[in-house]
Amino acid sequence: MTAPPRRRPRRRPATLPRGVWWLVLLVGLLPAAWLAARTAGFLGGLGTNPIERLLIESGTIAMIMLLSALAVTPLRRLTGLAAITRLRRMIGLLAFGYVTLHFLVWLGVDLFFDVSLILDDLTQRPYVMVGFAAWVILLLLASTSTDRAVRILKRNWSRLHRLVYAAGVLAVIHVIWLTRADYREATIYALVLLVLLGSRLVWTVVQRRKVRGEPARNGVT
Amino acid sequence: MLIRSRSSFEPKPSEITPESIYQRRRDFMRAGLGIGAGMLLPAMAGARTSLDFAPGAFGTDEKWTPYDDVTTYNNFYELGTGKADPERNADQLRTDPWSVRVDGACANPGNYALEDFLSPWALEERVYRLRCVEGWSMVIPWIGFELNKVLSQAEPTGSARYVAFETILDPENLSGQRRPVLEWPYVEGLRLDEAMHPLTLLAVGLYGETLPNQNGAPLRLVVPWKYGFKSIKSIVRITFTEQEPPTAWNRAQSSEYGFYSNVNPDVAHPRWSQRTERRIGEFRRRPTLMFNGYADEVAQLYTGMDLKKHF
Repeated sequence: MTAPPRRRPRRRPATLPRGVWWLVLLVGLLPAAWLAARTAGFLGGLGTNPIERLLIESGTIAMIMLLSALAVTPLRRLTGLAAITRLRRMIGLLAFGYVTLHFLVWLGVDLFFDVSLILDDLTQRPYVMVGFAAWVILLLLASTSTDRAVRILKRNWSRLHRLVYAAGVLAVIHVIWLTRADYREATIYALVLLVLLGSRLVWTVVQRRKVRGEPARNGVT
Repeated sequence: MLIRSRSSFEPKPSEITPESIYQRRRDFMRAGLGIGAGMLLPAMAGARTSLDFAPGAFGTDEKWTPYDDVTTYNNFYELGTGKADPERNADQLRTDPWSVRVDGACANPGNYALEDFLSPWALEERVYRLRCVEGWSMVIPWIGFELNKVLSQAEPTGSARYVAFETILDPENLSGQRRPVLEWPYVEGLRLDEAMHPLTLLAVGLYGETLPNQNGAPLRLVVPWKYGFKSIKSIVRITFTEQEPPTAWNRAQSSEYGFYSNVNPDVAHPRWSQRTERRIGEFRRRPTLMFNGYADEVAQLYTGMDLKKHF
């Protein structure tokens, strides 16, 4: 907020006012509190088919959080507010947390750890497979999200973490494939993802033109 | 087997939420409304009316799914695709006046006002399991009469092999029909012998009262051994055909929804398993039964058929 746009925001991220980080974290945890309250029977509860509702709601929140994490970089480029990069890891970890919650509700509540049902789903249901793959990717990214991992992996860290685009694509395919007939929600997710990934492509092309003759080494970021 | 003879199917008294309690609760609410906003509310739309009926010939002693779950968790895309939408948008469905046309390959076709269509038949209660293709199930006390009575009266010709059904088409009022989620009107069909089967019911009520709009008022089909979407709601037309009639979900996605759509734990929906189901109100999934537990009654309809092919 205080820092004016800089020429090379990526190299010297401005500091974020302390309260902002905490505020975003709080907002990011609100859906968890909301779900917990409804599971406990408050705020109208979870309705007639509570487990299905919990699956749907946790999935929706996970999707929104994942798209939010993917929105940080385009938003920074659009606004020039370098400081918001400092929110990226936290939002990414929140997304991982909600995807994990969604995964656990499926595994432990819906299927109640029934191994044969789980294997059946994982081997025969394409929408489950892509959803599971997205979770595995996010698990990998979350476990390499520490400063130490960044130092150890060096350049490979950003290469590895580009897998988040794949996670986003898999998550949207997951929703498309489980939809019965009404594709409104899936369409919104797909369009948002398209804009977020497309903006990176546009950014890369523009950057390459700026630096004539010298192609960007890192490609999309 | 879960099916019992008439004498033993009655649920244990302890398992039923007594009708009187529902009635009392509604009376209480109505009384409250009377004091508060009664003057502002003209005749309450979709008011519930008790029906005269006798116990029916088939039943189950399983616990009935509570009235509020049966009437607030519905798939009725004409009133919206969300499970709670049909109840919320119930007043979009105009059931008065209502007429039913019976036509096609029959000697005695007709176009009936609903009252005339219903008046010849005594109503009975049938407690059936309902298994949705999405993997959840309920136990519902329907009020209705066997479809075969209507079909016999219409005197199908020798060439009639199928029966087609059609839901009301009213996009002006039914907001769901203004979106092309399915091809409107919703249509369904049965083979003639399936339609004539004594389990196949034309329902006009549930829990002893007229059908709420969200459950397919004023007249719907109930075919308990098939996935729920076969039990078409708010019927305006019944047609005898020689060819297999189109069905709404089959038209939308033929690889996933076959003409027969018998409940079958061994034939997966291409995208999800049908081995288990969640009974509304229960925590753990339970195994799905062949023909939804009605194999003794209906399996002979499909002797010699490859049910993986004719799913």
